Amino acid sequence: MAPPEAAAQAPAESTPPAAGTVLEARAVSKRFPGVVALDNVSFSLRAGETHALVGENGAGKSTLIKVLTGVYRPDEGEVRMTGQQVRFARPFEAQQAGISTIYQEVNLVPLMSVARNIFLGREPKNRFGLIDFGRMHRETTELLDGFGVHVDPRRPLHTLGIGTQQMVALARAVSVNARVVVMDEPTSSLEPREVETLFRVIAGLRGQGIAVIYVSHRMDELYRICDRVTVLRDGRHIHTGDLAELNRMRLVSMMLGRDMAEVRRSGVTGFAAGGHDAERTPVLTASGLTRRHQLQDVSLSLYGGEVLGLGGLLGSGRSETAKALAGALSLDGGELTVGGRRLRRLTSAGAIRAGISLLPEDRKAEGIIPGLSVRENIVLAAMPRLSRAGVVSRRKQDRIVEVFMKRLRIKAAGPEQKVGELSGGNQQKVLLARWLCLEPKVLLLDEPTRGIDVGAKAEVQGLIDELAGEGLAVLLISSDIEELIEGADRIVVLRGGAVAGELSGDDVGESQLLEVLADHAPVPEGKAPAAQEDPR
Amino acid sequence: MNETTPAPVAAVPAPKKTPAPAGGGAPREEPAAETPLKQRLAELVQRQGVLAVLLAVILVASFVYPTFATLDNARGVTVQASFLAVVALGMTLVIITGGIDLSVGSVFALGGVLAAWASQWGFFTALLVPLVVCGAIGLLNGFLIARAGMAPFIVTLATLLAARGLLLALTDEGATTYLVPKDSVFAELGQGSVLGFGYPLLIALVLFGAGGVLLQRTSFGQSLFAVGGSSDAAGLMGLPVARTKILVYTLSGLLAGLAGALNAARLSSGVTIVGVGMELDAISAVVIGGTLLIGGAGSVSGTLWGVLLLAVIQNLINQIGSLNSSYQSVVSGGFLIVVVVAQRYLARSRRTT
Repeated sequence: MAPPEAAAQAPAESTPPAAGTVLEARAVSKRFPGVVALDNVSFSLRAGETHALVGENGAGKSTLIKVLTGVYRPDEGEVRMTGQQVRFARPFEAQQAGISTIYQEVNLVPLMSVARNIFLGREPKNRFGLIDFGRMHRETTELLDGFGVHVDPRRPLHTLGIGTQQMVALARAVSVNARVVVMDEPTSSLEPREVETLFRVIAGLRGQGIAVIYVSHRMDELYRICDRVTVLRDGRHIHTGDLAELNRMRLVSMMLGRDMAEVRRSGVTGFAAGGHDAERTPVLTASGLTRRHQLQDVSLSLYGGEVLGLGGLLGSGRSETAKALAGALSLDGGELTVGGRRLRRLTSAGAIRAGISLLPEDRKAEGIIPGLSVRENIVLAAMPRLSRAGVVSRRKQDRIVEVFMKRLRIKAAGPEQKVGELSGGNQQKVLLARWLCLEPKVLLLDEPTRGIDVGAKAEVQGLIDELAGEGLAVLLISSDIEELIEGADRIVVLRGGAVAGELSGDDVGESQLLEVLADHAPVPEGKAPAAQEDPR
Repeated sequence: MNETTPAPVAAVPAPKKTPAPAGGGAPREEPAAETPLKQRLAELVQRQGVLAVLLAVILVASFVYPTFATLDNARGVTVQASFLAVVALGMTLVIITGGIDLSVGSVFALGGVLAAWASQWGFFTALLVPLVVCGAIGLLNGFLIARAGMAPFIVTLATLLAARGLLLALTDEGATTYLVPKDSVFAELGQGSVLGFGYPLLIALVLFGAGGVLLQRTSFGQSLFAVGGSSDAAGLMGLPVARTKILVYTLSGLLAGLAGALNAARLSSGVTIVGVGMELDAISAVVIGGTLLIGGAGSVSGTLWGVLLLAVIQNLINQIGSLNSSYQSVVSGGFLIVVVVAQRYLARSRRTT
């Protein structure tokens, strides 16, 4: 792994060593019930290049990867390998053809040793047909040494750090003659030192003519190691080209689907123009929220009567921050103050008692219970307050449910209809009602309008406006830039789990937000993590 | 660390020229070369803990009960234990894949009756008939579990009931007893001995030796660990997950049938009431022997010690005499709990290292 490293360091200068196409998707489409995950997407990968695949949630990255690696079969279009059309029935067939995938969770057997994992299914045998462990350990050591990883081949895999486990997975992939390696967010749980090792290994792969598909949301990583980039959005192919010719702003705006030239306020959201009158003292103050690999020293304040937007790209720590505020994420450090009182132990129950309610991102998994009625779903969280000695007053329930169904304009046949039968927007309102009947002081909304239709969206947005107007402190997380800008009075932008900037007053605008997202705005000193150096 | 890196374009080439030590994240820092002591200790306890307990029990018993440490007693205990040992060997392989085989007790009894019945036609039929039938039951177990995706617990519970029913039908609800012809070669297989150690024990030891090689030194053995450790990963690595499972249940059925046949040869008849609850004894022995009940780790040697430990405990309680022999189950149960708690504790301490 010596000569072609030059290309690794300066992707701008040259096309990768061998410019032949190894893997190609032609006009691939893939539909799932109710969703078009991939719509006529083409993608091509050259031998020896490191190709970034980027896009926001639901862009179709993982679907495309699954089509390429034999997990899914495309509904339309074809996959070609070195010019030949291929049809993989199982992931293993793709692997045999030379496409290996390194998953986020390492796909090896944790209890088995490093060497056994690398040679599983193709163990070296002695002349009696029995496994030759001496040779296996020797070859494992050689292989890993080549990657700059020095590890006892007898050690059980699960005793190693995630980074080293990934190296082992990579070593296995390379030793089964992989020609294409797919890496899905490989650095998301790595220490900076491990990241360096990984990058060195990737550079080595390039030297061997192995192509890498690299999925990541970390801009600086992409610009450091990738040659070309393909951007997907909403299942469609947006752009493919040399990464060096594309500045960060352009890249981010392509991912988010906003054109810099035409930033307009068209008022398509349900938010009223103009801000709210926020109070002077914060209802909730978080300082120094820290959790390994996810949050780094996040501090923010929330005032009654305002909507605070939380901006950031996928993986920037938005949902984690909301969860931390709601006591639903165990932290390594940081503290919360609500209404002047510091919360001693951060638990969900404690946060709810303190008046903090979280509307989670995934309402199907973490929120509604589809088999229960509207009434039951609404009063669920309020049960303790509605009951005396464990007996729940039905009359009180009915009163509350009636009030909220009217106030939030929940469209259901009646309070006894099953929530699973309602539309997405109405389900979301039921969830809102559940938390509102606790009379919270702080409402944390994680993607409150995702997956609901336009009309309901505007209604939910209007509601958020109303609630803030009534003095509630609202935290709004949204990937919809328009929603964020029009809905929020102030926006705190996260990047890589740390606060990257804050926009308030007249600065709350699309171009300003995009600049902070793309890392073009000055980062507040001391807030950026060390890994976030800007390689411009 | 190296936060002052001016620009990556200049920074990255550095490690290339001096491959190992310098550069951003020197690989030498990898604290990997040696397995930590605590780790190895935990593994040693996991693997050889039973052996230590077994030796301690034997040592204490030898001093307290003079009749315990006699050659005669040793011969008796070991040959008694050899049938459970053979069954537990199959169970070990099954549990390593993350499964369970509840049918072995019934299959053991069925194998015995079939062997006694078939022994009238000679030695080979006496072995062949139970092996074919019990192997087929194992195959059915494996097929339903691996191909139809049913839960091992349910499938083998069903075959437990079915095999017991088949056994009752064959013997007219226990009214008919098939006898092994006296002085036949088959009877000799159960009753003969070398230096006073019965053939069943020798056969069990040979099978354990073969089982150990199969598990540790063949691709099939490795795939058992892989399937039990992470079935998804095994599939992604191209291992024949379904075939491995089918094979392992078939093996378990075969071994249970063989053990039943040996037992019939020793008793000279196909006894219908044997093997009730034997599957639980086998599972206990396997788990006490350090095999993880969730699969992915284990050894046949541990199982051998586990079986011996159970047998020694039973023998000791018989030696005490004044103690009701039912207490044997209480003691074995206690051991089982201690081992499982220890496994959990060790697993946790290992995860945090």
